Amino acid sequence: MTRFFAWSALLFGSLYFLLPLVGMTEFSLKMRRGEYSFDAYRRVFEDPRFWETFSYSLTLAVATIVVGVFLVAPTAYWVRLKLPQARPFVEFVTLLPLVIPAIVLVFGYIRLYNTSSWLPMTGSAFGTDILLTMGYTTLALPYMYRSVDTGLRTIDVATLTEAAQSLGAGWITILGRIILPNVMVAVLSGAFLTLAIVMGEFTMAALLNRPAFGPFMQLLGANRAYEPPALAVIAFAITWGCMGLMQLVTRFSKHERAKA
Amino acid sequence: MSFLTISHLEKAFGSNLVVKDFKLEVEKGEFISLLGPSGCGKTTVLRMMAGFERPTSGRIRIDGQEVTGLKANARNIGMMFQAYALFPNLTVADNVGFGLKVKGVARTEREARVAEMLDLISLSDMAGRFPFQLSGGQQQRVALARALAPSPRVLLLDEPLSALDAKVRVSLRNEIREIQQRLGITTIFVTHDQEEAMSISDRIVVMNAGIADQVGSPFEIYNRPTTRFVANFVGTLNTFSVKVEDSNLGKVRLAGQALTLPGGFASSGPEMAIALRPEALRLGREPGYETVVMGRIEDVHFMGSIIRLRARVAGESVVMDTFNRADQPPPKPGTEVEISLSGKDAIILRG
Amino acid sequence: MAKDKVRRAERRLPLEWLGILPFAIFSVLFLILPTMRIVTGAFQSPDGGFTLQNLADLNTASIRSAYWTSIKLSLISAGLGCAIGFAMAAAVIFGGLPKGVRSPLLTFSGVASNFAGVPLAFAFIATLGPVGLITVWLKTEFGINLRAMGFNLLSFWGLVITYLFFQIPLMILIITPALDGLKREWREAAAVLGATTAQYWRMVALPILFPSLLGTFALLFANAFGAVATAFALTGPQLNIVPIKLFAQIRGDVLGNPNLGYALAFGMILITVVANTIYIVLRVRSERWLK
Ligand SMILES: Nc1ncnc2c1ncn2[C@@H]1O[C@H](COP(=O)(O)OP(=O)(O)O)[C@@H](O)[C@H]1O
Ligand SMILES: [Mg+2]
Repeated sequence: MTRFFAWSALLFGSLYFLLPLVGMTEFSLKMRRGEYSFDAYRRVFEDPRFWETFSYSLTLAVATIVVGVFLVAPTAYWVRLKLPQARPFVEFVTLLPLVIPAIVLVFGYIRLYNTSSWLPMTGSAFGTDILLTMGYTTLALPYMYRSVDTGLRTIDVATLTEAAQSLGAGWITILGRIILPNVMVAVLSGAFLTLAIVMGEFTMAALLNRPAFGPFMQLLGANRAYEPPALAVIAFAITWGCMGLMQLVTRFSKHERAKA
Repeated sequence: MSFLTISHLEKAFGSNLVVKDFKLEVEKGEFISLLGPSGCGKTTVLRMMAGFERPTSGRIRIDGQEVTGLKANARNIGMMFQAYALFPNLTVADNVGFGLKVKGVARTEREARVAEMLDLISLSDMAGRFPFQLSGGQQQRVALARALAPSPRVLLLDEPLSALDAKVRVSLRNEIREIQQRLGITTIFVTHDQEEAMSISDRIVVMNAGIADQVGSPFEIYNRPTTRFVANFVGTLNTFSVKVEDSNLGKVRLAGQALTLPGGFASSGPEMAIALRPEALRLGREPGYETVVMGRIEDVHFMGSIIRLRARVAGESVVMDTFNRADQPPPKPGTEVEISLSGKDAIILRG
Repeated sequence: MAKDKVRRAERRLPLEWLGILPFAIFSVLFLILPTMRIVTGAFQSPDGGFTLQNLADLNTASIRSAYWTSIKLSLISAGLGCAIGFAMAAAVIFGGLPKGVRSPLLTFSGVASNFAGVPLAFAFIATLGPVGLITVWLKTEFGINLRAMGFNLLSFWGLVITYLFFQIPLMILIITPALDGLKREWREAAAVLGATTAQYWRMVALPILFPSLLGTFALLFANAFGAVATAFALTGPQLNIVPIKLFAQIRGDVLGNPNLGYALAFGMILITVVANTIYIVLRVRSERWLK
């Protein structure tokens, strides 16, 4: 009886999740009348804006990951090692982006950092790119912080640090050569999640008027019929790839640890 | 017909037969221990009684009622687990009252019973606490009260003491026994600790690889083990190889000395194995012990009231216990000593 | 000696706090100040003075309905997401399904919970849109016309169905470890004490899970409440929910009081803050038994 309900729940769920995926794939192949073809994909790949926006978003994703790692890893490390009393504050702040909608944040950015403000970041394209990177870092903050903090919990930060200090290592060395390699898996899985978030992000990029992949997809969706599902398939593949890599590093590290 | 009857109980997980032809008759109010090494199937037997596992074959009857096919919640049985089984979201009082509440017992009646139970385990002043605020021993006492509150027909305990400190373990096991006797509740207690089993049970079932090897009182199990497994598992044993002279009269020779074993025994060959408990070997010549052999002391462990000596006798290393006496220091290692023993203490090992 | 130690600690304290200075600066610049700017802006008139006019201006039929629709959308998609996600996770953990089901389900949930926004809208248009796979299939094979039956993907319920695609997996991801934390002994102790399965869930399992359920619900609520991309790509600017209204306002598509945008955004902050306050209060009350 229980098993019957269990199978039903699973079957129902799987159907709900598989149908849209099947739907988008099937639709994306239907561009040519009467037969399946990859025409829609060809069109997408021939569009120079696809490559421009794709590489723009990829660049920003990398920048976001770099900023995120440099912001989060030392902070999480420091809080664990020296400032446990700051933990509630830091955790509260890192959870805020889950509560405050991105659209509200970017609205604040636009009003706060416009051309006539004390920090006119939106005045130039490069300034806006920096602002957007910071925005993405904010969006990724909850995941990045939690991932790295969990990673730090599994190693004994204090002992490792003391051992390194007794051997005469400085702070940069400790962080870069001792701590970071040990939490590399956590950092990497946070990084792949960030990549997935940034590649599909729409709101911030659209409102800051930057040529990112998300707004490009939306624009294409408003004007075309067969390219959007092709884009959806591509976007799904990217997400799957990011999550797959995330799992891979986790599994790899387990393997390594088991061997050690 | 006994109060609790288990007949031909078997359980297989896949092709792995974990419990084999298990039989047991328990009288009302008896305290029975299932004793055996880890993995021998004790928990599985208990879980079949509780209704968590469906027997592959066999029957279980409680108080004249066939319960084999009954669901766990329809058996009216109390059970206590190894640890962490209290509901963490309920207070001590609510945990104890849980069984009455789900049975729809009225509030006032329930509260009275809970108070009575908490009094029984002397934790009345902790009624409002949550499980995490209790020590391990207190948690297990609450678990006992919770199991007893709905007045179950049978109480099952699955190694309820093994997660506790040694001290608490002893005091709680005495408390469990005391409460069991006061309430007269039929109890099955699972343990792998022979001392625990012997100190509180009316009868012990020694299990080996899914089979009930021997059922008997602690005295019988210890002094008259019927299988080599039981003899070795319960207590310490010194085994000797003896030459059979006359199997009908029980005459054998141990290290050249004559020894008479109780009763006749069938011997398959000119040699056989007998065993003696450490306390059956006496240092020096003792009246009433007909045989004296020579041995050399190898080791002396002074343990307080008891001194445990290891000696080499007839090529075997044996263990013997003597009581401490203030006027008589134990022999030094290397000393040659006389050791008395008697055929009536011998355990004849078979199988 | 003791005094010396105290003085040293006092001197060292500010230095240690310097360690999280970069993080503090970042969060002030890109999290706290922008939010504060919205809050203050909501109470400012165009010439900079204090006013309640912006908030009063929210009180139009269209904006009220937008808030109501947004709240309803978030509540329903979070509620359904929790219920269905819970059912699926429970099915896999307690339902006696083969062990091999679990890991693929979790992996897929990880992917699906991140597959939100524009491409998700495309996927649902291709499936349930006017010429989508299922729509066409139902029409040609069974003569069922979804449209004529009142179903429209570009509507409230269409949005709910679409949002569930990331809400359910998020629930599965969060609740699976919580379900794993339910000890077998609790279920068995309840059973042997005479409780039915339903009694066990009502009196033991659900109260234990309640904090996790509540937290996930709050997260799913916020998730749906702030979502712009999916709704925008699905329906364009015409759907009347708050984030889309704010989006249009920021883009300057809407004429009128520029400070109305502040008020709209402030309203969103207010609702998420209220939702999270309710969450925290309930959680604290339900967690008395936790260490
Ligand atoms: N649910 C199960 N599935 C498969 N094998 C089991 C299961 N439960 C117990 N076993 C096996 O049955 C044997 C007996 O287990 P158990 O009754 O728990 O032993 P004990 O309680 O005496 O330590 C063990 O070898 C164990 O691995
Ligand atoms: Mg066991």
